Amino acid sequence: MININNMMELKRELSAVHMMLEELQLYLNTHPSDRDAIAKRNLFAKQYKGLKDEFNKSYGMISQDDSFSPYPWQWVDEPWPWEYEANFKL
Amino acid sequence: MWSYDKILEFPVKIKNPNPALAKIIISQYGGPDGELAASIRYLSQRFTMITPEAIATLNDIGTEELAHLEIVGAMVHQLMKNASIEEIERAGVGPYYTDHGKGVYPQAAAGVPFTAAFIQVKGDPIVDLTEDLAAEQKARGTYEWLINQTDDPDVLEPLKFLREREVVHYQRFGEALRKVQDYLQEPRLFIMPKPDFMNRND
Ligand SMILES: [Fe+2]
Repeated sequence: MININNMMELKRELSAVHMMLEELQLYLNTHPSDRDAIAKRNLFAKQYKGLKDEFNKSYGMISQDDSFSPYPWQWVDEPWPWEYEANFKL
Repeated sequence: MWSYDKILEFPVKIKNPNPALAKIIISQYGGPDGELAASIRYLSQRFTMITPEAIATLNDIGTEELAHLEIVGAMVHQLMKNASIEEIERAGVGPYYTDHGKGVYPQAAAGVPFTAAFIQVKGDPIVDLTEDLAAEQKARGTYEWLINQTDDPDVLEPLKFLREREVVHYQRFGEALRKVQDYLQEPRLFIMPKPDFMNRND
């Protein structure tokens, strides 16, 4: 049985880490020689991958090309991200 | 190519249906300064951009705008989903409902359907990046006018997030434009002293 609160907590973490990635990646595109920013970005990339794997194990597929599916094919499972139920409260 | 993650870039969790709000927020879906226009503008301009920094900037901001398109679509969807026909009529959304039901159709707030005429792709790096700077400011402005028209915190939070992203994009495009200008001004002639015989007047 899936614990919705834990799942939402994990989504919150995924979302936060992804935001750091997005921000650092855009910054690095125009500051490619910032060594510290590259180190930070790589750390967040590792964290993001770890969190996605954890999500995949406990709650289902999240990443189209990286997540594994049990039987039956899980990618079609609802809710999709644009639904109320799929999102965590701020 | 792209790969889809089954999560919004920023959560959308709107309790109260509000078709009147949906009808204006949809402008950031398919309006002149909306996310579809932004995305397709940057992703099309990248093919003829110069300098590695500016190319990557167009590619990645164009990609992020797709995630924003999804956020705006989710907002419109949730604002319409549980609205009754009476609420839709009372909000003046009858004409939209007639053409699209509760579907999310790319159009501007006043009903103009999305058109590529909203954007430009000039194939000139200075022209394109200058347009992009303006586009980010126009999107920021639109989010501010939308923020002025609601006090629902469920709607305000994603609008504020999207507005902030336009500020960041503007900054990154400014840096990309400076890189391109510097590159175009770099001397690329390898000057050598003029040999004496070329100075002779005979
Ligand atoms: Fe933007």
